[in-house]
Amino acid sequence: MAFITANWNPLGEAFFRKTELYDMCWNIRDGLRDSLVAAAPYGGPIALLREPHRRSPSSRPQLEIYSASGLAITSFPWKSGPVVQLGWTVSDELLCVQEDGTVLIYDLFGSFKRHFSMGQEVVQSQVLEAKVFHSPYGTGVAIVTGSSRFTLTTNIDDLKLRRLPEVPGLQGKPCCWVVLTQDRQTKVLLSTGPELYILDNTSCTAVYPPGLSPQTGSIVHMTVSFSYRYLALFTDTGYLWTGFSHLQEKLSEVDTKKTTVPKHMVWCRRPQSQQPSVVLMWDRLLMVVGQCNDTIQFPIEDPCVLVGELDGVRVINSTNQELLQEVPLVCQDIFKIASMAPGALLLEAHREYEKSSQKADEYLREIKEQSMLGEAVRQCVEAAGHEYDSNTQKSLLRAASFGKCFLTDFSPDQFVQTCRELRVLNAVRESSVGLPLTHTQFKQMTLQVLIDRLVYRQFYPLAMEICRYLKIPDYQGVSRVLKHWASCKVQQKDLSDEAIARAVCMKVGDSPGVSYSDIAAKAYESGRTELAIKLLDFEARSGEQVPLLLKMKRSQLALSKAVESGDTDLVYTVVSYLKSEMNRGDFFMTLRNQPVALSLYRQFCKLQEQDTLKDLYNQDDDHQELANYYISASYREKRLDTRLSILQSAVDEYNKAKNEFAAKATEDEMRLLRFQRKLDDEKGAGLLGLSVQATIEALLALGLHKQAEQLYKDFRVPDKRYWWLKLKSLAEKEEWEELEKFSKSKKSPIGYLAFVEVCMKHNNRYEAKKYVSKVTPEQKVKAHLAVSDLEGAAEVAIERRNDAEMGAVLVSCTASDQLLIDRLNRARAAATKK
Amino acid sequence: MAHSARKDSPELPDFSMLKRLAKDQLIYLLEQLPGKKDLFIEADLMSPLDRIANVSTLRQHEVDKLYKVEYKPVISNSDQLCFLIRPRIQTVKWICDVVNADKAAGKARSYKIIFTSQKFYACDAVLEEQGIFGDVTTDEWPFYLLPLDEDIISLELPEFFRDNFLAGDQRWVRTASNALHLLHSLYGPFSKVYGIGRCSKMVYESWRQIKEGEQKTDKVDIGKVFLIDRDVDYVTPLCSQVVYEGLVDDIFRIKCGCVELGPDVTSSDKSIKVMLNSQDKVFNEIRNEHFSNVFGFLSQKARNLQTAYDKRRGMDIQQMKTFVSEELKGLKQEHRLLSLHIGASESIMKKKTKQDFQELLKTEHSLLEGFEIRECISFIEEHINRQISMIESLRLLCLLSITENGLLPKDYRSLKAQYLKSYGINHLLTFANLRQLGLLVEQQPGETLTAMESKVGKLVNDKTAGKLTDAFSSLAKKSNFRALSRKLNLVPKSDEEYDLRVPRDMAYIFSGAYVPLSCKLIEQVLERDGWTGLEEVTRLLNAHEFAGPGSNGADLAAKNDAQRTILVMFLGGCTYSEISALRFLGRERGFKFIVVTTAITNSSRLIEALLDNHV
Repeated sequence: MAFITANWNPLGEAFFRKTELYDMCWNIRDGLRDSLVAAAPYGGPIALLREPHRRSPSSRPQLEIYSASGLAITSFPWKSGPVVQLGWTVSDELLCVQEDGTVLIYDLFGSFKRHFSMGQEVVQSQVLEAKVFHSPYGTGVAIVTGSSRFTLTTNIDDLKLRRLPEVPGLQGKPCCWVVLTQDRQTKVLLSTGPELYILDNTSCTAVYPPGLSPQTGSIVHMTVSFSYRYLALFTDTGYLWTGFSHLQEKLSEVDTKKTTVPKHMVWCRRPQSQQPSVVLMWDRLLMVVGQCNDTIQFPIEDPCVLVGELDGVRVINSTNQELLQEVPLVCQDIFKIASMAPGALLLEAHREYEKSSQKADEYLREIKEQSMLGEAVRQCVEAAGHEYDSNTQKSLLRAASFGKCFLTDFSPDQFVQTCRELRVLNAVRESSVGLPLTHTQFKQMTLQVLIDRLVYRQFYPLAMEICRYLKIPDYQGVSRVLKHWASCKVQQKDLSDEAIARAVCMKVGDSPGVSYSDIAAKAYESGRTELAIKLLDFEARSGEQVPLLLKMKRSQLALSKAVESGDTDLVYTVVSYLKSEMNRGDFFMTLRNQPVALSLYRQFCKLQEQDTLKDLYNQDDDHQELANYYISASYREKRLDTRLSILQSAVDEYNKAKNEFAAKATEDEMRLLRFQRKLDDEKGAGLLGLSVQATIEALLALGLHKQAEQLYKDFRVPDKRYWWLKLKSLAEKEEWEELEKFSKSKKSPIGYLAFVEVCMKHNNRYEAKKYVSKVTPEQKVKAHLAVSDLEGAAEVAIERRNDAEMGAVLVSCTASDQLLIDRLNRARAAATKK
Repeated sequence: MAHSARKDSPELPDFSMLKRLAKDQLIYLLEQLPGKKDLFIEADLMSPLDRIANVSTLRQHEVDKLYKVEYKPVISNSDQLCFLIRPRIQTVKWICDVVNADKAAGKARSYKIIFTSQKFYACDAVLEEQGIFGDVTTDEWPFYLLPLDEDIISLELPEFFRDNFLAGDQRWVRTASNALHLLHSLYGPFSKVYGIGRCSKMVYESWRQIKEGEQKTDKVDIGKVFLIDRDVDYVTPLCSQVVYEGLVDDIFRIKCGCVELGPDVTSSDKSIKVMLNSQDKVFNEIRNEHFSNVFGFLSQKARNLQTAYDKRRGMDIQQMKTFVSEELKGLKQEHRLLSLHIGASESIMKKKTKQDFQELLKTEHSLLEGFEIRECISFIEEHINRQISMIESLRLLCLLSITENGLLPKDYRSLKAQYLKSYGINHLLTFANLRQLGLLVEQQPGETLTAMESKVGKLVNDKTAGKLTDAFSSLAKKSNFRALSRKLNLVPKSDEEYDLRVPRDMAYIFSGAYVPLSCKLIEQVLERDGWTGLEEVTRLLNAHEFAGPGSNGADLAAKNDAQRTILVMFLGGCTYSEISALRFLGRERGFKFIVVTTAITNSSRLIEALLDNHV
């Protein structure tokens, strides 16, 4: 395969090659002349603004966006102000920096997203030059204004404008300048001609590149490498100084023998570069200058654009696109003419093997003798990754696979992975996709980002294929793509709601991790409320539907979904939203249809807004609850008059609720309160608020028997209760005479055993005995026992011939009552006989 | 113990992990607020917190002073205040007052509110309304479950009952399902879940939602789960408890597994706090016993103890040494516990063997059997008139209403009127609450409701009919206790003598008069592995029964032991008697029951939750 090295150009120890990436699909009339061009690294899109300086309103400049392969994505006439600079952000958004300092952001498809300004003062002084740069913080923009001041922001998504200090003696724009990112600081390096300055946040320092002799003249062009580590300066005498960007160390100094300022100057390096070099472009010449003072010169016919990449330079002209890069070491080893590297031998061995030649064995032996077969396989695999041509990739991988057969414990992982990744890379390099990524770039960029970019470019099927092929878990892979697809789908204006909903549902199904509510939110954003509602129906978690429904002002639906979800917090969220959105009447009506929400709101009102609670019951004509509300309100009221009036309201409500019982009870309460107040006023009895029973008790305790009697009659207190109360109270006060009188007032409704027991409780056996005789026969034994009159008890029990009672007496007997025991036993025996 | 357990009963899982987990989470939260801080703890979180992290642990994490939340102005010099509270609006409002008072006084402090077990949106709303949303930081302490004993886990949420069943506020459903989820992820996967009740169903569904997409562990400790709403069975918690543990709860009130015995019990001049759990050997043996056996057991135990002490007579020095070092401490401990329990039993005896209690029990039993209702009513009447106890009277009224399927209108009015005269008109609200829950209702003439329901049901579609049924059932919950009792044979025939020493069935926990409905349901469902054959019963209960798979991946056949470990979750509280009954059932059938409850309840707590006399 001698031809592989045909396009290799030696530069010092290393070689440089130009690989053709694409024949550009575009058809540009005047080439790239007179245009502002921005091409993003990592095979990003290309933006083109024709004749940006034409200002007549009749013919506006055209802004065109192409994929890296030149496929037109969109184009539109530029209607805003004059553009100074175009640039791409890390997330493939187009930045257009205007003369007045406004930066407009468009997406890949040319739709306007937002804009921001680089500062008010810029409107006056105008932007002279601008640069878009990338740093670990994101994408930044730096400008220099007509008043020779620099302003920059390091991250356009988190806009913080920094105005850099003044540069002494600078008039207009500097000769040349670059943005550096060092030590987590963003600085500007600029040349005013003879002087070189570094501008940081606070100061402007003059610097002198080491080893740059003053005779070399003033610096007219400079460039910094992809990683901000290396710097190249071009002087007006044609010298090219290269060194580290911290300006402490020099790498080389080369005389290019060209005194005109190059149009473009870009670093061309790769990780583990042997020969870091700078590519310079003049009108008809492309020159690669290495550290070894050597140069390679390519003649060019067309104006080109140079795009610095991580591992090379893309050269784009109006017809084709090439990748200029240093040949990776491993490829050199394999393909260099007469190379004896193990990889080269293995490739040769395999070639012979395919020709069925025994030389294959010889080659293999040679590798094996050096025990380098593992290394050989590794080399082939690695080299395959670096090759762009799929035939070369195949022959290298076949060789590796061939060599692998002769190894016993060789991990196939790297081989398998490289095969897979190459397959993916070849797919995205297709001209129709247009992502000319190298393997190194792909590794740096990661698969996730690649899928994101594909999704962003709306290559959904390809992205899904890749996810499936590389077996990425659904959650991060297919589902994520589907989600984006669905979000994009719902924005298609030409399809009916029904069709879209059906399509989305069919594709998405119930893939894990795809949230229908997110898709619905997108639909709503693009103004398709009905579609959003349709999509929300597919959402399994009802809780997820609520926020969007609220946003769409479908509050009723939101409320019922929230209730369905069983999440009370969610219900409450909706309720409080409704409360602020609706008028009171509608709000209550809505709640009325949702018992769960209603009771939740009631609970809240009980603690927070008592009055609302009343309104709520009123609205519902819930007289019962309203009355209950008044009752509890009456307890909070200290003043009696108010209290009575509140109770009156309760009575009215109870009547309306046809709860006569409660109405009556409440009326009684009012009567009682009045009665209590009267007595409190007259006697200072302190009765207010007591229950009927407690009032009687208190009255009796105070000796106000007449009033107690009155209450007893007025409130129709049952006799039993009254008797109990009076009995207890009299005994309590030990008014035994009064008690006796009371007992004789009429026949006791509670019997007389109670009298006996109460007397005994107050240890008055004498009084107790008085009542024993009055006790009914059935309870007489108990009564006698209560006053510990065993004899009497026995007497009655025997008389009544009641076995159980006799037993009860027996139990109470002690040994000293032997006589009695005998008698009882006899009687018992006699009773049982009969 | 009087009865021996089946030998093949599975081992109980180790629940101390729950405590460790909660502790670590709390410490993490406390460390989020570095430096010295004062901690304010909600009163009803004090005891649970004590179980999780004691004062010295809190001190280690720079808690300076501890206060109880008392809704008073704060006197503290610390510049960091931390509040550990339940998500209650009242408490949040108090904190707002504290912060606003500080603001007015120009004091700058930092405030942190730790909500347990979760924060509600309403709390945020209050903070916002009071304008201090930006001044406080909030956090959630996901402390759901407190193991009270080796087979009892409590959510310590007494308000669950009132909020959920009375107010219809479903905010705690999530909490319950989160708790279930926690158990599932630690001890599951569950193979089968049964349940009955509206709330249970909601918990189950909410839990299924949470656990979607979860990885299951290979270790299975708990196989089956039974969820039950308290409103399925109100009869059981309304009955007087006569099993030792239940009695102790009724009389001394066990709080968070701990009881405070007063001076009259300890026969000294100070109160003693005693932990009641299986660690207490004496208690462990009598907790499930009918009270009539307890004394006999305790005296036997005392005799044994004496013999053990007596052993030291005739010992030589060596033996004495081992005795002192090994046995004496245990004996001393046992001695102390024994004397405490004897004291407690005596105190119970004093209160309960009186005439009144016997009559009370007799009335309860008549109510359960449905005999001599008129006598019962007059007993209750007298109970009210003599103002024996506000709560007890209500309890009897409710029991009467449930067992009789509502009171006759005449009785309903007169009993209510009497009650109001005894205890004041504010109980009108209490009665409204009881009516709403169906605990105390007027008898409906005929079955008008059902007829109306079916008529309406024909007119509208199924979904709305379901809603209507719900509405009706909440309007007046019908109790069909009598029919249920016949169907499930809840009241054993009373002509046979019931030997309480050798319990035949779960009825022993109510002196052989009644098998608790809740436990009977659990037994039946486990026996049938579902609700088939119980259609009539569920219709009578008017409940939402369900049976479903737990985890999709759980292997039904595997790990036989785990399948016989059953988690019973009571939503709205359960009583110690029910736990005793389940323990008995477990011993009989070779199951192990683990009871998870929103709180331990009893008749007084149940009724108190429904009182409306708070002003």
